[in-house]
Amino acid sequence: MLKYTIKRFLSMILTLFMIATLTFFLMNAVPGDPFSLDRDTPKVIRDALNQKYGLDRPVFERYLTYMGQLLKGDFGMSMRLKGQSVVGRVTKTMPVSAVVGLGGVLVGVVIGVLFGIIAALKNGKTFDYFVIIAAILGVSIPNFVFATLFQRLFAVDLRWLPVAGYKGFTYLILPIMAAAMQNIAFYARMLRSSMLDVLHQDYILTAKSKGLSRKSIILKHVLRNSLLPLVTSFGPMLAGVLTGNFVIEKIYNIPGIGQAMIMAIQGSDYMMIMGLTIMFSFITVFMYFVVDILYGIVDPRIRIR
Amino acid sequence: MQSKTTCKNNTNITPDLFTFIEPGTMDADLLTRPSLSYWKDAMRRYRKNKVAMAATLILAIIVLLAIFAPILSPFTFDENNWSISNQGPTREHPFGTDNLGRDLWVRCWEGARVSLSIGVLVALVNATLGILYGGISGFVGGRTDLIMMRICEVIGAVPQMLWVTLLVIVLKPGFLPIILALSATGWIGMARLFRGQVFSIKESEFVMASRCLGTGKLWIIFKHLVPNAISPILTSMAFAIPGAIFAEAFLSYIGLGLPLPLASWGNLSSNGANVFLTYPYQLIFPSILICITMLCFTLIGDALRDALDPRMRK
Repeated sequence: MLKYTIKRFLSMILTLFMIATLTFFLMNAVPGDPFSLDRDTPKVIRDALNQKYGLDRPVFERYLTYMGQLLKGDFGMSMRLKGQSVVGRVTKTMPVSAVVGLGGVLVGVVIGVLFGIIAALKNGKTFDYFVIIAAILGVSIPNFVFATLFQRLFAVDLRWLPVAGYKGFTYLILPIMAAAMQNIAFYARMLRSSMLDVLHQDYILTAKSKGLSRKSIILKHVLRNSLLPLVTSFGPMLAGVLTGNFVIEKIYNIPGIGQAMIMAIQGSDYMMIMGLTIMFSFITVFMYFVVDILYGIVDPRIRIR
Repeated sequence: MQSKTTCKNNTNITPDLFTFIEPGTMDADLLTRPSLSYWKDAMRRYRKNKVAMAATLILAIIVLLAIFAPILSPFTFDENNWSISNQGPTREHPFGTDNLGRDLWVRCWEGARVSLSIGVLVALVNATLGILYGGISGFVGGRTDLIMMRICEVIGAVPQMLWVTLLVIVLKPGFLPIILALSATGWIGMARLFRGQVFSIKESEFVMASRCLGTGKLWIIFKHLVPNAISPILTSMAFAIPGAIFAEAFLSYIGLGLPLPLASWGNLSSNGANVFLTYPYQLIFPSILICITMLCFTLIGDALRDALDPRMRK
């Protein structure tokens, strides 16, 4: 297990390095310099700005400095927001996004898994069909549609919850619901099929013929095995949380990392875009690493390979 | 001895009960039903699936409307008319008009053209790139495979939408840049899928036979490996189309969509969302179209998977 962990860790470091390199050169391929968008900036000021951000130096030299800074945990300074560093911005916005995103995942997984289990156990009955239809609908409707509909229905028409903003618990309910909808659909579908798959396995038949009760078969044999694919889905899912919430954060005006990214894109704040992208990627890669290790612990077949 | 134990009730089997069969009357090797090719069989199963047929029909209607609605309407998608701005649905403008008085019926179908072409083109490019990459990687194997999959892993480690966002920033928003950005990252799934398929097929005897005859690698990939892995390829393409349409909508929402006055379902619904509280119809029509299209592709993808997989035959 230790060997496997070390191997995965080293490959994670390599991946991170390549991502940072790729992102850096991509961002530097953007035509024009970031300050050319401003109206008539005097040449002196532009030169000074270029010098301040090191844009007057050759690309490769900048690349080395940037990588050196990254190693020290410095992701650079914003080009639009005065005196704000990328790291500062992330630490300020990250917790907000995490609350909404993880809330959405948690609600989605719990409800989705429950629906999936019940649907699989009631295979072929009304509830099963209800779950199948709801799941297909849920996957087909984009989250911005859910977000705007919920906003209209629960905040504007019924006036139960606040429309937008981030000032307390009630402000979180709608965004979390909107973020959870697709997760519910996804997990209900996934768990239903993985559970039906397990139910038809030979070892379930063995368990039945041993005379075990239905309850203990389902709790001990079926559930444990059908929850396995859930663990692998967490990596990509948590990665999706970060980008998926761009839209929800925008609609509900939540000052999260997604909003920070959108602001950076709209303001052509290249340093911020680059820093946030690398930060996002690092988080994602790290999640995959954690999930892989977790999977190795849960499923012994993986670590033996 | 045996007749005594099994037939107790006076059933006497005498030798004269047995007669010789004329040779040639029983053709055990002759098929009673006409043989079906793989495609005919798959089509038959697909046609039996009522839900899938309904989805195909609806999709066909959407495609037809996308082609003909802008041609047949007296309005164009980029024609401003300030005197009728933000009008709700009327007989003249079935989907209403937007803030510049542009007819939303025409814009929605113009958007359908753009969004559907993005979806289909991206799915095609992804499939081609993925098959080439995954095929070479899987077929050559060894160190080449290791390095090629390593590259895949690095690109795949970052959420796809982040790469797409970055690429669109670099290339400037537009129809081609969006397709390029979506294809540049989307082929990885297909490459992985096809590589897995190649691994399971490449050891088969018919591939070995072909190699013995000196067939080139690319020929083997496209002539032998692709047809044998066509089921997962087609299914994943059916799911890639709505994925690309989703992605385009996402880009519009974060301000990197097609520039106005061009129309796509993404920028129509993102513009509609801005005025949703006052003019809800401006969001409702394009998003209903997106939802229906998504639903159709999801159902068609599911049905294709069932129809193309011989193991699903009942």
